Amino acid sequence: MAAVTPDQLHGHHHGPTGLMRWITTTNHKDIGTMYLVFALIMFFAGGVMALTIRAELFQPGLQVVQPEFFNQLTTMHGLVMVFGAIMPAFVGFANWQIPLMIGASDMAFARMNNWSFWLLPPAALLLVGSFLVPGGATAAGWTLYAPLSVQMGMGMDMAIFAVHIMGASSIMGAINIVVTILNMRAPGMTMMKMPLFVWTWLITAYLLIAVMPVLAGAVTMILTDRHFGTAFFNAAGGGDPVLFQHVFWFFGHPEVYIMILPAFGIVSQIIPTFARKPLFGYASMVYATASIAILSFVVWAHHMFTTGMPAATQLFFMYATMLIAVPTGVKVFNWVATMWKGSMTFETPMLFAVGFIFVFTMGGFTGLICAIAPIDIQVQDTYYVVAHFHYVLVAGSLFALFAGTYYWLPKWTGHMPSEKIGKWHFWCSIVFFNLAFFPMHFLGLAGMPRRIPDYGLQFADFNAIATIGAFGFGFSQLLFVLAIVKCARGGERAAARSWEAAEGLEWTVPSPAPHHTFEEAPLVR
Amino acid sequence: MGHASDHYFVPEPSKFPIFGSIALLLMGSGAVMWLNGVSPGNWMVLAGFLVLVYMLFGWFGQVVRESEGGSYGRKVDKSFRWSMGWFIFSEVMFFAAFFGALFYVRSIGLPWLGDADNALLWPGFEPTWPNAGPIVEEAFTPMEAWGIPALNTLILLTSGATLTWAHWGLLKEKRGQLINGLALTILLGVIFLGFQAYEYAHAYGAMNLKLTTGIYGSTFFMLTGFHGLHVTIGAIMLTVMLFRSVAGHFTPHRHFAFEAAAWYWHFVDVVWLFLFVVVYWL
Repeated sequence: MAAVTPDQLHGHHHGPTGLMRWITTTNHKDIGTMYLVFALIMFFAGGVMALTIRAELFQPGLQVVQPEFFNQLTTMHGLVMVFGAIMPAFVGFANWQIPLMIGASDMAFARMNNWSFWLLPPAALLLVGSFLVPGGATAAGWTLYAPLSVQMGMGMDMAIFAVHIMGASSIMGAINIVVTILNMRAPGMTMMKMPLFVWTWLITAYLLIAVMPVLAGAVTMILTDRHFGTAFFNAAGGGDPVLFQHVFWFFGHPEVYIMILPAFGIVSQIIPTFARKPLFGYASMVYATASIAILSFVVWAHHMFTTGMPAATQLFFMYATMLIAVPTGVKVFNWVATMWKGSMTFETPMLFAVGFIFVFTMGGFTGLICAIAPIDIQVQDTYYVVAHFHYVLVAGSLFALFAGTYYWLPKWTGHMPSEKIGKWHFWCSIVFFNLAFFPMHFLGLAGMPRRIPDYGLQFADFNAIATIGAFGFGFSQLLFVLAIVKCARGGERAAARSWEAAEGLEWTVPSPAPHHTFEEAPLVR
Repeated sequence: MGHASDHYFVPEPSKFPIFGSIALLLMGSGAVMWLNGVSPGNWMVLAGFLVLVYMLFGWFGQVVRESEGGSYGRKVDKSFRWSMGWFIFSEVMFFAAFFGALFYVRSIGLPWLGDADNALLWPGFEPTWPNAGPIVEEAFTPMEAWGIPALNTLILLTSGATLTWAHWGLLKEKRGQLINGLALTILLGVIFLGFQAYEYAHAYGAMNLKLTTGIYGSTFFMLTGFHGLHVTIGAIMLTVMLFRSVAGHFTPHRHFAFEAAAWYWHFVDVVWLFLFVVVYWL
């Protein structure tokens, strides 16, 4: 091993400074930080849209917005949160953590890594800017179903090109992650020694490469139907609007696992640390993750039980969907078994991780209920579905992102995050989250349709409660910003191994991690 | 090159990615304006395209210089191999979306449209293939497989062989064979594209088969059109390889750029075989 130079020990970096440093950077840590900050900004943009929706739904009747604008808000809230907040946030984690966790000097393609990030701001400009054009933003729902999406104004075209650009960003990012994991591991780091976060991202990246091009194909067909006279989704020309749903959900179902598998990875890193026990059933976790990914390709039509399909097809998709509960159950069991008889402490990352298990599992159960075709036909497009996917996306993906942020902030900033703010953030989030979304189960079962700005009087009470919960949840997130800003600016110095029982290569480098790490690959046992 | 193989090459900060982002922003927003009749959308697309071309030249130029300068070790080479494989897989999935649309329409969509449920809506509609939907405005002639398309199949298959011949030349250090093989492959690609352009013109003229000819026209032109675009991209890649071969780049042991272009060319070839069977023939 060569001698470590002072440059490598300290956060030295050469090249441009100021804004140009961030625009031209090829450093995985800089790029990871940009992803995370971008995701946080988009999270608040999407959050403002959500709160406007909830303000309108506080009471029956129309008070705050016009129905047309309401439709734009529900659509854009979904698109912004999925493509602007959750996905980039996980890629930010991947950028920061994967090279640190596998002992690589950087990502495999550092310049392309920069481009993957810098494609996002143009895409976000197109997407959010569409509110300002004549006709406003697309109002076809985040799923962009034809024929509605074929009829929208130019805001729809902006959304289409935004999706194309974000797709290119995702594919390049995913290729980078796969290659980094397959080719850049430190000597001795065999596949089955990789931290589970790395495993979940390897499988997620594979899903991204497989399905983002399919989404690109779907929106391309919309574009040509809109402007070039093709008939993909036009029955008069022999096409079929249901075709769009098939193509979209072939992308869309793997997409929901793209948003949850890295969350599983983060939780699988945190639980062992704070239970002070190795992860229970590591190999079964890997196989469960792979099974979920494979099954995700054969369940898409459970999103379309009401579009009319043969009973045999419905049964196939119903059973295939229910099968996913098995590997997911394996995961939940393993997390609980990891905690069993552990020496547990409940710092903020652990609180969010345990909260994740509890609330995500509830979302998993409602998913199982929705998988049953006859029930799904009853709850299709009701608030029950809204409740279900917010339980898995907010209490699932987002809580894991919070957990991961608190867990690795010491490594990123060199300071411990404030436990006081963190705990307030957790308890406010979990209480207000349930206040906002639990009543939606009742609303959905009672028949309240989603994506409608007005509703019958019988739904008034639960909607008022949900709105109070949503505002509470939204404002609680200011605590998250406060915790991050305080941690970045100062606080208790973090040790290299910032948490007592934390395992893994990332805890062998100083906190904050120097600009360049593992220029000499470490040797893994 | 002990240094190159010990340390994975991490490039210096680069200005090229941001040019790429500016290019796509210009092209995306320009295309939105153009499609909706807002000026100067077409000029923005052109400007974006020029920026993109500048970026591609600059970026790939730098990669070529780094490669020839010996910055890339064996591990970087392996990264390139993995990434090209995964990139081609993503392309396969892009085509899968359009092939899937074709299969869906032929085996589910059209029979559904012609079943008893829809007989009131579209009386007398026969869900046969080729089909342009229940509202047929003008008659059209469907595409025949055993004319130009069969010839084009032969041309692409031959181009795969000439490319392999070029690769043998590279491996056996026969520079002339490499250059001739590449030039022949590119020529065959251009002939293929020429035939396809002629076929399109013939379809639009004598056969009255257009992009707007219902679902048949949509799937035919989108599938063959995207394939043609990929042939064009592949031919551009091979042209770059030709220039690099003339300039004396590549050794029998280190020439992944050539192999990547060849992988891509073979991928385009295989897509064509699927197209020939399911779009032209069946």
